[in-house]
Amino acid sequence: MPTRRQIFETRQRRRANLIAAGSTLAVVLAIVVFVPMAPGWDRVQRSFFNGEVFAKTFPGLLEAFLLDIAIFAWCAPLIAALGLAVAIARDLRTPALYPVKLAAILYTDIFRGLPVILVIYLIGFGIPGLGLPRPWNSPYIWGSLALVLVYSAYVAEVIRSGIESIHESQRAAALSLGLSPSDAMRFVILPQAIRRVVPANMNLFIALQKDVALLSFIGPVEIFRQAGVYKSLLANFTPYVGAALIFLAITIPATRYADHLMNRQRKARS
Amino acid sequence: MPTLSLKNVRKSFGGNEVLRGIDLDITTGQMICLIGASGSGKSTLLRCLNLLEPIDDGTITLDGTDISEPGFDPQPVRQRIGMVFQSYNLFPHMTAMDNAMLAPRRIHGHNRAALEPRIAELFTRFGLGDRMQHYPDQLSGGQQQRVAIVRALAMRPEIMLFDEITSALDPELVGEVLDVLRQLRAEGMTMVLATHEMGFARELADTVCFLDQGRILESGPPSQVFGAPQETRTRAFLSRVL
Repeated sequence: MPTRRQIFETRQRRRANLIAAGSTLAVVLAIVVFVPMAPGWDRVQRSFFNGEVFAKTFPGLLEAFLLDIAIFAWCAPLIAALGLAVAIARDLRTPALYPVKLAAILYTDIFRGLPVILVIYLIGFGIPGLGLPRPWNSPYIWGSLALVLVYSAYVAEVIRSGIESIHESQRAAALSLGLSPSDAMRFVILPQAIRRVVPANMNLFIALQKDVALLSFIGPVEIFRQAGVYKSLLANFTPYVGAALIFLAITIPATRYADHLMNRQRKARS
Repeated sequence: MPTLSLKNVRKSFGGNEVLRGIDLDITTGQMICLIGASGSGKSTLLRCLNLLEPIDDGTITLDGTDISEPGFDPQPVRQRIGMVFQSYNLFPHMTAMDNAMLAPRRIHGHNRAALEPRIAELFTRFGLGDRMQHYPDQLSGGQQQRVAIVRALAMRPEIMLFDEITSALDPELVGEVLDVLRQLRAEGMTMVLATHEMGFARELADTVCFLDQGRILESGPPSQVFGAPQETRTRAFLSRVL
């Protein structure tokens, strides 16, 4: 036998669901009915949502996306390592190592302050311009380096915020046992800090996966560039839509997972 | 000769003078209880003894060596002086066993296998034999605090500092932690406690020091400090807490 309260809440819930469903339906209907009534809809449909072009170019796009994944795959571990090193360098307290600390501060300030595309241009065109022999003139290497430099700066800041979020009492407890400051950092503070910033770093790595497409501006034929080639070949924009779908297939699940981790952490801490 | 000796120890935070000239001798095997209101300087005094806070003036000597000299390497001192905190401060990402083994492994270079029997014996002795592989958040407050004591003891310290270690515990869990202290006392450990457990201090302390506004206003055997306090402020404090 449901209580008065339960009956009331069930009724409220049913009402809320009904309203949500109704308004969603109305919006979808409006889009389906009104957008095709726009004067240019036929043209847009032909050049952006062309099923024939889509079927023809999609396999090629998928293949090109493998290069995006490869670039991501070799950049990500380098970024994790460099980001961690910079975060630690920023926290150094030894006077003799002050130049290292200063370099780390300058580094994060500079690379967080520049548009990614600008760094890719400067490094991707600048360094091969030195006339280096093969393979050292490859845009893959220098483009990737640009991504690594920019993203490591962000990852370093995230890790540093994690380090600062660990309560001072943890450090005091470690030191009171006679551990050295570096052991306290390595075994007590960093492991907790890194765990705490996993969701924030996941969001950065999702952004990295998208920014790999920027390397197309300096040469590599990855998915964005490939879509551009198809566009010119077939005089049709549908390949871009295909590329967008491929990106979303990766980034949406990854974003959802990062959100899930973040929620779980918030619950664990409250 | 006293093991630890404090002469005119002073400490300020900003403009706030927390310790205003503390003189105290701690001899081997002694148990000293620091009592006094919150903010009287008990915790700061313990943190200074463990060199977690540098003192501004005065000296702290350990077996005749001035350990309060600016620039003195605190690590070897802290290895000889264990400390337990009010809020346990266990490392949440490690099991109880790993919490206790971290410092001996890193500092003495012992390996896990050689160390484990000795540490396990410590856990068992304090009623934690079945909790060694648990993480801190799987333990009750009383159990966490006992793990923290084992962690400090794992370094085989000569002196133990306890900073209000029962103050964060639910009343029914205080007893199990005080029992550990009784056991250590019986084994002859040199101990300095900041505590609000007056009954416990009265029962076991060699010396009770009443701290008031950063000074030791009155000290002596518990029978004297609790039984016949000389100072008005001591009497006022005791009448509030007893």
